[in-house]
Amino acid sequence: MALSTPLNAIHRAAGARMVDFGGWDMPVNYGSQIEEHHAVRRDAGIFDVSHMRAVDLEGRGTREFLRFALANDVDKLQVPGKALYSCLLNESGGVVDDLIAYRFGDERFRLVVNAGTADKDIAWLHKLNAMAGHAVTFRPREDLAMIAVQGPKARERFWDAFPEFKSASEALVPFQGAFAGDDILVARTGYTGEDGFEVAVPAGDAATVWNGLVAAGCRPCGLGARDTLRLEAGMNLYGQDMDENTSPLDAGLAWTLDRKGPRVFFGRKALDAYQPPWDFLGLVLEDKGGVLRAHQAVATPAGEGVVTSGTFSPTLGVSIALARLPKGTAPGERVEALVRDKRLAARVVKPPFVRNGRSLIS
Amino acid sequence: MKLPQDLKYTASHEWARLETDGTVTVGITDHAQEQLGDIVFVEAPKAGRRVAAGEAVGVVESVKAASDIYAPVAGEILAGNDDLANAPEGVNADAFAAWMFKIKPDDPADLSKLLDAAGYEKAAAQ
Repeated sequence: MALSTPLNAIHRAAGARMVDFGGWDMPVNYGSQIEEHHAVRRDAGIFDVSHMRAVDLEGRGTREFLRFALANDVDKLQVPGKALYSCLLNESGGVVDDLIAYRFGDERFRLVVNAGTADKDIAWLHKLNAMAGHAVTFRPREDLAMIAVQGPKARERFWDAFPEFKSASEALVPFQGAFAGDDILVARTGYTGEDGFEVAVPAGDAATVWNGLVAAGCRPCGLGARDTLRLEAGMNLYGQDMDENTSPLDAGLAWTLDRKGPRVFFGRKALDAYQPPWDFLGLVLEDKGGVLRAHQAVATPAGEGVVTSGTFSPTLGVSIALARLPKGTAPGERVEALVRDKRLAARVVKPPFVRNGRSLIS
Repeated sequence: MKLPQDLKYTASHEWARLETDGTVTVGITDHAQEQLGDIVFVEAPKAGRRVAAGEAVGVVESVKAASDIYAPVAGEILAGNDDLANAPEGVNADAFAAWMFKIKPDDPADLSKLLDAAGYEKAAAQ
């Protein structure tokens, strides 16, 4: 039996095509995934992301615990509500999950983790907590729903629909959240490369928020558009671009690792000893003849690489991909991707491909 | 889903129409395009190719997946619809108008081995 979010009946009534995603019954599209994609790039779209799991952490030692558990350093979060992206690493430096950590107080944080890995992550955090000897309490928030509203008009439409949330959310900078009401978190985050908010509300309020945003002109978008948007934005997908057997150094995530000081964090020893053999880069398909997809081999002058995520980019009108390529591969180089039985020419680029509606590749 | 009663179908989601000149026009069904989602690439077969029934002769790719197109009957490919290379979304707009290829069957009687609309509906529901 698949898990379902509080908005499941609304998706079905809207004619969504539903799929299983990490054990959840989720909308993949409501008709055309390409139209949904364009709505987010040009106006505003909404996504049900209630399958992601929020976990509230508090108690003495929480800050020290997260400085030990996460590869990024939560001490960077000095302004209330500020958030950062981080990997959770295993002993060999592989990625247990990627997440967003919010700081709300000295010892009060929220993590938002992926749906399919949530139970594993929580078990892992408990283990690290015991290991570090802290007394952090974990409260998985299965009672919350999460809705992302994304696009150049997203904030405006959100405030049109819910003027009462405007004062709390108006001054937010990217990667910052604030409580706009009892247990209602509005955060200026997302997974599309556009401006907007991710809103966490008690499950019972989910339908009101969703319907209010639809009435304000936001287009419901499924996981299909979410994937093409995040890929254009050069954002990794856990399980595809990296997993427990992948070093963040091979997945373009070096920027998320804070190793400036001597801070001891789990997985650091393996990370420090590791010499990454790969560069994580983008590909733009230049030949006609198919679509770049995960697992396709890529022939480069320096050896063989592999596509980790590929799709057709609705914004650019060509196929694009994220790929692990032999170290030393440089943007601008021409490579060949094996698409079904054909070798098709592709150009290496530095992701992202699109930000704020604009192409970043020439 | 749209399902014209006068066409023949395969379990692999092609439709086939017997024309008055004895040739057969082939495309993918409305159900198939709906399953695939937004179609972004179509590779139709070249004229002159000899194919067996059930042979993969072309490819349809949507944003999310690639899918082979199969010949419903044995014969010779007479034409591929090259217009679809530039306008693949036409398959989403009207799957029964966006034909993929025309084939001259070795034996026109082979067409009777294909599914009728009711048979396809049952197969597609599984």
